[in-house]
Amino acid sequence: MGEVLLEVRGLTKAFGGLRATDGVDLDVLEGETHAIIGPNGAGKTTLIAQLAGDLRPDAGRIRFAGLDITTLSTPARSRRGVARSFQITSVFRDFTALDNVALAVQAHAGHSFRFWRPARAEPALREPARAVLESVGLGARADVPAADLAHGEQRQLEIAMALATRPRLLLLDEPVAGMGLEESQRMIAFLRTLRGRLTVVLVEHDMDAVFALADRISVMVYGRLIATGPPEAIRANPEVRQAYLGEDLPS
Amino acid sequence: MATRERARLLAGACALLALVPPLAGALDQPFYVELFRRIMIFAIAAVSLDLILGYGGMVSFGHAAYLGVGAYAVGIPAVHGIEHALVQWPLAIVASALVALVIGAISLRTSGVYFIMITLAFAQMLYYLGISVEAYGGDDGMRLPRRSVLGGPLDLRDPVIFYYLVLALLALVLLLAHRLVDARFGLVIRGARSNEPRMRAVGFPTYRYKLVAFVLAGAICGLAGALLANQTEYLTPDFAHWTRSGELMVMVILGGMGTLVGPVVGAVVLLLLENLLSGLTASWQIILGPFLVLVVLFARRGLAGLLAGAAPAGG
Amino acid sequence: MTALLVVEQVLNGLQFGCTLFLMAAGLTLVFGIMNLVNLAHGSFYMVGAYLAIALTRWTGSVALGALLALPATLLVGMAVEAVALRTLYERDHLDQVLATFGLILFFNEAIALLWGRAAIYAPIPPALAGHVELLPGLRYPTYRLLVIAVGLAVAAGLFVLVTRTRLGMLIRAGASNRTMLAALGVDVRRLYTRVFGLGAALAGLAGLLAGPIYAVQPGMGEQILIQVLVVIVIGGIGSIRGALVGAVVVGMVDTLGRAFLRPLLSAVLSPTAADSAGPALASMLIYLLMAAILAIRPQGLFAARAGA
Repeated sequence: MGEVLLEVRGLTKAFGGLRATDGVDLDVLEGETHAIIGPNGAGKTTLIAQLAGDLRPDAGRIRFAGLDITTLSTPARSRRGVARSFQITSVFRDFTALDNVALAVQAHAGHSFRFWRPARAEPALREPARAVLESVGLGARADVPAADLAHGEQRQLEIAMALATRPRLLLLDEPVAGMGLEESQRMIAFLRTLRGRLTVVLVEHDMDAVFALADRISVMVYGRLIATGPPEAIRANPEVRQAYLGEDLPS
Repeated sequence: MATRERARLLAGACALLALVPPLAGALDQPFYVELFRRIMIFAIAAVSLDLILGYGGMVSFGHAAYLGVGAYAVGIPAVHGIEHALVQWPLAIVASALVALVIGAISLRTSGVYFIMITLAFAQMLYYLGISVEAYGGDDGMRLPRRSVLGGPLDLRDPVIFYYLVLALLALVLLLAHRLVDARFGLVIRGARSNEPRMRAVGFPTYRYKLVAFVLAGAICGLAGALLANQTEYLTPDFAHWTRSGELMVMVILGGMGTLVGPVVGAVVLLLLENLLSGLTASWQIILGPFLVLVVLFARRGLAGLLAGAAPAGG
Repeated sequence: MTALLVVEQVLNGLQFGCTLFLMAAGLTLVFGIMNLVNLAHGSFYMVGAYLAIALTRWTGSVALGALLALPATLLVGMAVEAVALRTLYERDHLDQVLATFGLILFFNEAIALLWGRAAIYAPIPPALAGHVELLPGLRYPTYRLLVIAVGLAVAAGLFVLVTRTRLGMLIRAGASNRTMLAALGVDVRRLYTRVFGLGAALAGLAGLLAGPIYAVQPGMGEQILIQVLVVIVIGGIGSIRGALVGAVVVGMVDTLGRAFLRPLLSAVLSPTAADSAGPALASMLIYLLMAAILAIRPQGLFAARAGA
């Protein structure tokens, strides 16, 4: 694990009287998998939205690889190396799985003001897309329209699209949400293979996933970050246990 | 609709249209040359709308504005003695592109209901502008002194030569659109329609691509406007009236949006229907109105959709 | 250009604004709560005007004709909602645009069949046909003052409705989050029908009031509808306050622009240039205003919720 890749200082976002993000400070180190957990309503999704560029913070700063990206648009962040998957599956339903990933590749393969040559005949777009699909386990489903994929396969497609943009930072918003036991174990196993090669910020409720994947964990409650540290330290932290009163942290 | 299937249908449509003048000549009904030429001009406009509406998901209710701009880009120079098509028609295209650039730049910052209303409002603004400029006829419109001059054998005063010129332009527009929708640019537009937040998350600055599509569509429609002025030899601000925009949308939807062949079919069916019904009664719109409602409710994929459903896939 | 002339035009602007408000209030609610693009709103304006004239002829009294025209338009509105529009709530905006466009064609032709295409005459009751001396030297048509009074009264009434009644509370809730309203168990269908009926009735009221001032002919609804759309875009969808502010602003800008732009321009340009530039620019003014406001606030001045 290396330098600080993502540095968040004093991030604040309020909706009316509700402070969804309340002065959050966070450092994410290059190469680590950093999980963000917390009770419902803690503000995790709002935080991801601000990191991804969907929401503008009211105050505070986000630095990525030394560059201030606080006011940078979502596409600009993606081009700098920030990729994300969505909490509610968001793919191109009328395109095939391969088309979906190829689009992601296309976004980072120069401009798209090309009006004549069919994009589906460009090996520079199709080959990398096929490779990414294989790596997430969807190789056999490349020509299936995304709408016809099973829920778990669509979540895999989400990850594939994010990976196809060759990011330095991957923001995963509940990657195993809605998945059955077998599916989520496959996904967790896959995400483990990314460890060290990519920096991952992971928002999850599924504690099995969190403890299997995270190098460090941050805990959010009511918009504030109350603890950050390795899994064991978090497990033992009395404030964290209190915040999760009634929930069983696996030992 | 698969690319090969679309290519075949487009080529077939153009081939059928090429048969109209000889057929009309054989039946001694020159009126049909006029009618189908008018249909093809609207087909060009409808295809341009399909690019942004059918493929891009941008519900622009002001597309007829560019028919108006293109028409007056022919009419106004003609009144001042500039009659060459190679001056007027590029002017029509460029002027429409510029107007589309301004309207699009503002409108595309909004979406949903706002976008529909704003494009409608801007188009109507141009209509009122046309009415208020008395120098070029205002409300009454103006006569086109002479059809655009092309030189050599291409004399637009000959109905059949004019017909085949329009057909050639329609075929060219269809070819360009056919390639465009499967090119990188086309996929971006279609992706933005399918799921715009996803496109942006993946790294596409969608606004600029949508704006370029909007401008291209406006430019092509401007060419249709220039042709329409030559067709009717009389221009009025009505070319840009919002009900005309509605008609264009009906052609696209009725024929089947997002298919390119749909708008052509839609133009043929709608204008033939109007021609037929207006022969029966002056109040033909009282039939057309509910007909539209029924189409929307029950035949959303349009005629091309019905045809595609009836025929077996592939082949 | 005298001070009295300016005052007169300001009053005209206010009167036009009140007409616009009556239409905009209903339409902005339909857009905001039901998320329905109803282009046929202008048809209720037209229906109100024609029904008032027909009922006046039938009863012999202008007041009675107007009073009966209101519930009649309300019934027409509710019938249209039940028959044609109810299936459109779940559809996308494109479907709604096309279907209501079809309705416009139908209504225009139906009216033309019944009353012909030429503009017809809408009578003013003798009591209101005169002028009132508002200021020394300024005599203003009584009828237009009535329109202003009705407009402001309706605005006040709507504010009471929206802020102090249960229906109003549901309207405000629906404007800001429709799905939540349904999730809370509110009978959304009944609410929609009532809101739609209210909107149609207000449009009909605008139409019957406008009859004596503007032309009564098929297609009159669409001319004003475009301007109503500009009002709503400026004011913000779903906001009655926005509809009022937008309506007054648009009414003033349009009226004053048409009245004074040419004389103002002729001070700096040659008379012939001002003669062509004046009306041209005046007809574009409200759209330029709309573009300017959108550049700063894309959702309008008082949007009930962000985005459409």
